[in-house]
Amino acid sequence: MRHVLSIMVENKAGVLGRVVGLFSRRGYNIDSLSVGASEDIRYSRITVSLHGDERVVEQIQKQLAKLIDVHDVTELEAESALYRELCLVKVEANAAARSDIFNIATVFRANIIDVSVKTITMELTGDLMKMNAFIELMKPYGIIEIARTGLTAISRGGKQ
Amino acid sequence: MQLNGAEILLECLIEQGTDTIFGYPGGAVLPIYDALYKYKDKINHYLTSHEQGASHAADGYARSTGKVGVCLATSGPGATNLVTGIATAYMDSSPIVAITGNVSVPMLGKDSFQEVDTTGITMPITKHNFIVKDVADLADTIRRAFHIARSGRPGPVLVDIPKDVATAECQFSPQTPSPALRESTRVTPQQLNEAAELIHAAKKPLIYAGGGVIAGDATAELIEFVKIIDAPVCVSAMGIGGFPDSDPHNVGMIGMHGTATANSLATECDFLIAIGARFSDRVISNAKRFAPGAKVLHIDIDPAEINKNIDTVFSLVGDVKKILSLLNPILQKNDRAAWTGRMNELKAKFPLGYKESGLLKPQYVIQRLSELARDKAIFVTEVGQHQMWSCHYLQIDRPRRFITSGGLGTMGFGLGAAIGAAVANPGTPVVNISGDGCFRMNNIELATAVEYELPVIEVIINNHALGMVRQWQTMFYDRRYSQTSLHGKTTDFVKLAEAYGATAFNVTKPVEVDDAINKALALGTPCVINCEISDDERVFPMVPPGAGIDEYVLEGGE
Repeated sequence: MRHVLSIMVENKAGVLGRVVGLFSRRGYNIDSLSVGASEDIRYSRITVSLHGDERVVEQIQKQLAKLIDVHDVTELEAESALYRELCLVKVEANAAARSDIFNIATVFRANIIDVSVKTITMELTGDLMKMNAFIELMKPYGIIEIARTGLTAISRGGKQ
Repeated sequence: MQLNGAEILLECLIEQGTDTIFGYPGGAVLPIYDALYKYKDKINHYLTSHEQGASHAADGYARSTGKVGVCLATSGPGATNLVTGIATAYMDSSPIVAITGNVSVPMLGKDSFQEVDTTGITMPITKHNFIVKDVADLADTIRRAFHIARSGRPGPVLVDIPKDVATAECQFSPQTPSPALRESTRVTPQQLNEAAELIHAAKKPLIYAGGGVIAGDATAELIEFVKIIDAPVCVSAMGIGGFPDSDPHNVGMIGMHGTATANSLATECDFLIAIGARFSDRVISNAKRFAPGAKVLHIDIDPAEINKNIDTVFSLVGDVKKILSLLNPILQKNDRAAWTGRMNELKAKFPLGYKESGLLKPQYVIQRLSELARDKAIFVTEVGQHQMWSCHYLQIDRPRRFITSGGLGTMGFGLGAAIGAAVANPGTPVVNISGDGCFRMNNIELATAVEYELPVIEVIINNHALGMVRQWQTMFYDRRYSQTSLHGKTTDFVKLAEAYGATAFNVTKPVEVDDAINKALALGTPCVINCEISDDERVFPMVPPGAGIDEYVLEGGE
């Protein structure tokens, strides 16, 4: 089962290494990871998406909480949180294919961010399912490159 | 006052109550050693033969006192030589602060001479580590390092100080150190009542006490707890001394080389109370077969230990001393005569013992050591068969009187740790029980014991073999003795010890044992007793790998 952990860490050098190192040495697999600033200048937010049973995830949370530079660990559950990812997709697009691709992009609310004689590059945000559906639809045109940020997430409503 | 980084470091150590450090100089720590020269009246520096010895000495100092042990090494190889000692301390939750020098800040990351990424290397084996790149951050970093090392579940902390940070100057103002926070407790009265009810309802409760009882200074509370609930107590290797061996409720060590009584009771019990223990694989062996009929109550300061290796029905997270002192007054007094009767029956049926053969037996040597030295000495061990025999045959009645590398199983740990314990406890003889394999690893530290005239007694249980591995080869590898014989190595340990300036005796017969021990105890200076035993001696009981802990093999029972 997929779990998403939101980890607030001290905003300083080497902290990401500590978090990632803990995952690797204890044998926990990370599906995706994103890091960036948070609402508090002192902390960065690391969002980790992973698969594991409840027991493993409980253990991961406790081990993370033991790291001195980790301020807080929260599990963001699907019902009560918003998951988003940014994906950049570059596909082969000759003149004939171009308008089809534009149409699909419109349906998915993907932005066209670069067009060349032979390629189109699009930017898409959404959750994992939307991302995968879009990529499937683009495959027949010939995907040249994909770059994804990994999942980031936030709780819904007033919940902190 | 305006001080340089090295002086600030030493001022902070003094502020933390440290008057002793174990170390080894080098290029990147020259400024710190220069400051030590200036502070030699306030800080005693013990020069070891090898940085590894310094790290184990700091650990032995910490384990024998409960205070933070400090070691110091230079960059690069100095730092990497500390690694084994830091990892040893980490696995056994021992509070040490390791200070390393590094190349100057502008030289970092350039593969400079004697540069390694010390914080990167030690990240997985420290509770936390720091590299200080600005002298203005140094004092608070040292303070934090001590605080982290001794708070909660103790552990090693490393502070890496580049050379230019040690020479840069800034203002320093002393501070009173923050008290160690053992308390991370949020145990509610309701939880305590619930635990008390579970304990009361149990018919066959067994207490499993670990190193946390010693680290948490909870021996008195545990004795009281046992008195109230009338339950047997087994200990992990790390828990030895946390509950007196002389108490009739003590059934000895549990696990791979646990006593038959401890292992049988664990299998028969209906309620297991783990206190400051972590259910290591050497304790539980096959997790599926461990305490199959028992509900588990786990009391520990580290929440990550709860449900890590064994599922619990209930847990109390926090300082074990505090929790037991809150729990004891609300417990109902129990009389579990049937269950303690079962304990006594097992004890009578399966006493620890060995077959006399007329030859010198390792168990006998350790029994005599215990008999002759236990009132005065601290015992330390290396790792292997002699360590397990020590767990079995030493009678330890007080905490911090038995020091062993439990988690990491570090051969070569003992002599350095014994030096640290001897420095920390002036006038107390420290007996390091070793094998010949372990003695070969770090006997260089005899030179340290001699230099500082420490009352360290090294007892070598010499079977001319790497005995524990050989035992496995005997039992599980069809006697294919691959690289475990040391018979080809003909070092004369008595001459070697004498070359270091220590006194030394050879013991080959049982009748010589007492005399050698008494002479060594009377000396008050380093002494080596080389005890020649058969290489076929084995440690029993033994639980074969993968078996349940009740499937132990007794001597002659294969």
